[in-house]
Amino acid sequence: MNEINTTSDVRHTIEGQNGEWEVIIGLEIHAQVTSASKLFSGSSASFGGAPMSHVSLVDAAMPGMLPVINKHCVRQAVKTGLGLKAKINSYSVFDRKNYFYPDLPQGYQISQFKYPIVGEGQVKVSLKDGEDIIVRIERLHLEQDAGKSFHDIDPENSYIDLNRSGVALMEIVTMPDLRSSEEAKLFVTKLRTILRYLETCDGNMEEGSLRADINVSVRKPGENLGTRCEIKNVNSIRFIGMAIDYEARRQVNEIENGRDIVQETRLFDVSNGETRSMRSKEEAHDYRYFPDPDLLPLSLEDDFIKEITSELPELPDHKKERLIKSYGLNSYDADILVSDKNYAEYFESVASGRDPKISVNWITGELFSALNKLNLDIQDTPVSSDQLGELIDLISDGTLSGRLAKDVFEIMLETRKSPKLIVEERDLSQITDESSIEKIVDKIIESNMDKVEEAREKPKLIGWFVGQVMKESQGKANPAKVNDLVKKKIGI
Amino acid sequence: MIDLVSSDLVSIRNSLQNKEFTAVELLNEYIERISKSSRLNLFNTTNFEDALKAAHESDQKIIKGEARSLEGIPIGVKDLFCTAGVKTTASSKILENFVPTYESTITQKLHNEGMILIGKLSNDEFAMGSSNETSSSGPAVNPWKEINSDKELVPGGSSGGSSGAVAASLCPLAIATDTGGSIRQPAAFTGTVGLKPTYGRCSRWGIVAFASSLDQAGPITKTIADSALALKYMAGYDEKDSTSADIDVEDYEQSIGKSIKGMTIGVPKEYEELDLEDDIKQNWEDAINWYKSAGARIVSISLPHSKYALPAYYIIAPAEASSNLARYDGVKYGSRIKGDDLDDLYKNTRGLGFGAEVKRRILIGTYVLSAGYYDAYYLKAQKVRRLIHKDFVEAFEKVDAIVTPTTPTTAFGIGENLSDPLKMYSNDILTVPVNLAGLPAISIPSGLDRKGLPMGIQIVTNHFNEGKLFQFGSVVEKSRSSIKNQSEWWLI
Repeated sequence: MNEINTTSDVRHTIEGQNGEWEVIIGLEIHAQVTSASKLFSGSSASFGGAPMSHVSLVDAAMPGMLPVINKHCVRQAVKTGLGLKAKINSYSVFDRKNYFYPDLPQGYQISQFKYPIVGEGQVKVSLKDGEDIIVRIERLHLEQDAGKSFHDIDPENSYIDLNRSGVALMEIVTMPDLRSSEEAKLFVTKLRTILRYLETCDGNMEEGSLRADINVSVRKPGENLGTRCEIKNVNSIRFIGMAIDYEARRQVNEIENGRDIVQETRLFDVSNGETRSMRSKEEAHDYRYFPDPDLLPLSLEDDFIKEITSELPELPDHKKERLIKSYGLNSYDADILVSDKNYAEYFESVASGRDPKISVNWITGELFSALNKLNLDIQDTPVSSDQLGELIDLISDGTLSGRLAKDVFEIMLETRKSPKLIVEERDLSQITDESSIEKIVDKIIESNMDKVEEAREKPKLIGWFVGQVMKESQGKANPAKVNDLVKKKIGI
Repeated sequence: MIDLVSSDLVSIRNSLQNKEFTAVELLNEYIERISKSSRLNLFNTTNFEDALKAAHESDQKIIKGEARSLEGIPIGVKDLFCTAGVKTTASSKILENFVPTYESTITQKLHNEGMILIGKLSNDEFAMGSSNETSSSGPAVNPWKEINSDKELVPGGSSGGSSGAVAASLCPLAIATDTGGSIRQPAAFTGTVGLKPTYGRCSRWGIVAFASSLDQAGPITKTIADSALALKYMAGYDEKDSTSADIDVEDYEQSIGKSIKGMTIGVPKEYEELDLEDDIKQNWEDAINWYKSAGARIVSISLPHSKYALPAYYIIAPAEASSNLARYDGVKYGSRIKGDDLDDLYKNTRGLGFGAEVKRRILIGTYVLSAGYYDAYYLKAQKVRRLIHKDFVEAFEKVDAIVTPTTPTTAFGIGENLSDPLKMYSNDILTVPVNLAGLPAISIPSGLDRKGLPMGIQIVTNHFNEGKLFQFGSVVEKSRSSIKNQSEWWLI
């Protein structure tokens, strides 16, 4: 694989009043670890539930309570690190990040500061023009989520739900390797795909399982990095793009109007698509990080890491390479199939012993548009991969024409029946028998003798005859044979 | 009438099991004595009603022959241990009405052996102090007085309620905690035996945290045999405390009185230069002679970094405390003093809820962890801590035990040191290094000074060598002159 230099190439610029500007973006992704229980307590980490129903004494920071690390969460972090081709640190330390907030019951968040569990890694992102870029990962660390405050229930009091308090998060930090909102969106999409392959985070952004803090700065191409602003807690891929576009434009305007960029934390306002200042660098918290004395440093045995390595699933990049190599797919189709491991799995089941190109066309064409219309995930598809395979077989053996197959597919969606059964029940198989087709052709010619002469002069009219024959056969006649016979009978 | 003054834990256990008196009779005697001892102000909360019920149950068990190891014996517990259904205040206004729903591991283990909670004992607020004067319930008073003096003396701290209660025969065993000397110094001031086990030997789960990397639970008793008996049931691994040690518990009782012939005792030369009272110096020399007579070899050792122990301790302990006490914010439990906004709520609650010494330590701790000061203070103190640890490790390659005085002075008057924090802190000069190194140590009453006040000898052994503490402690217990308190002046 070619190493792609992401730092010096100018891949993308935006236009200012006086020239081009380059946008420099780095992300901090907060990914909720897929785990039954929280990072340091046994209470449920599942989404939802009545307020305060997933709260243990530890989560509520009762006096004398102590954290105990959830080994499964450690395993998930290591797995993710391996999936990001990253260095796994056999020694890591949990630190306390101290600040006061009502939904932070301990008065500190347990996080990893100086010694994260995962070090440098990388993610390959395929851009729309087919080019690949490498986004470097600086680190991944484990930390606790906070609870949730509600300020709109009561006019005087705020309410707090600690269900999320203590849920395990992985903070994944990139280097400033992204250059446009598009790249950032593609990166997050790819990262989410990897996490889902690994089953270490469900990537469900609506439920807050994946959130991004976005660092944005602008510079003239080739110049030093500008002052950055951090946009906090953006929770959809679309909003990530919008926030970056707004923020980059704002910074360019500021600089071009002779103002300095102030390093600060900003919020993205979904209602108007703008970012606004939350707090400046001067107001920034001093978190007073120090090693949590309630927890020993985390030390990972080689065997533990080896065991996890051996359990790693095939990841999207490898899968893509393999699909291209084994099935002769093009990069575009392969990208679509690997974007969700269930797609790829479905495809491989259909394509087993069948034409891969026809298989992929059916999946990305008819099946995806049907799922889209029905608003279903591929896991809930009404047409199983076996059924779709059977349908393709019926095309290959001439039982169905392409057009008939589409009709059958529609019926399959509705009835969930196998295509063979549908063809039988509804007598839908293609008429390939020449004498049967000839009879229909003769009938059409006889009743349209006036058009026969015309057709001899204007051969384009052949198409009209073919159409009439197909109609008469209810679409079942083999179109190629009809075409040949019409020509022969009319004498062209 | 049971002679509580000449009873100890072992004799009471034997008498109960031999049915010389019942648990209810015993409890009633203690209740009466406690009621007559209110001038000492040692109890924050009494638990007489529940205790009586438990004593009845114990008597049933004893009759049926189902008695557990410590069946029916009343214990006093420092008000830092969470006790289910019984107020746990840490002697702080901020927790004045806090009733835990859960029981600390240590007290639970003792309940499992049949022990009965008679009451919660006073301590310096959040265990911060060396005189038990900073308790929100006012100063605890030492049962000892100087000869021919009416001056009331401190019982030491932070576990002054515990040491006082055992010294005044208000309970045969008190469970306390030691962060920088909080068991040993009060034991020395009251003529009791105070044991601080190895860090990790006893679970910290359910103990209100002061400085997590230093806090350790231990017993205060009248005799070494009592101490060994108590530790047997306190020690052990607890999966709820990540810093507790998964190491087998020794049979401590068999170490008592065992010969020390041919074993080696280290005397740290640096401690000889400390500002110790003459009688304490003399007592230390006496103790060394007792060991010589018992057949031990005496060697001079060097603990070169111990002079930095006190400053390092007063950085590390406040740093951890500043974070540990962040949870007392008026939001979830404990006292809440409302304000106009969130900041006001915090300021009011913490401003009025914490006493001056606690505030002082929170401020120190916040300062030493702040950006720009962290390296110069916290980090440097941690380095010192490692060096102190190393000093001891090297010393224990040569010696079986280290023998020093427990305190530089005997008990001082209430109010005498309160306005001079540095003088107060210097009380811990001989005990603090032990906590920084995580070692076990015991203070044994070793005689009376010219004022008639008890003195204590501190024995330190290597990690998890508590058995040797009892072995070496026995020599002092056997060799010293009588330490009987001649007057029960406080009884009403």
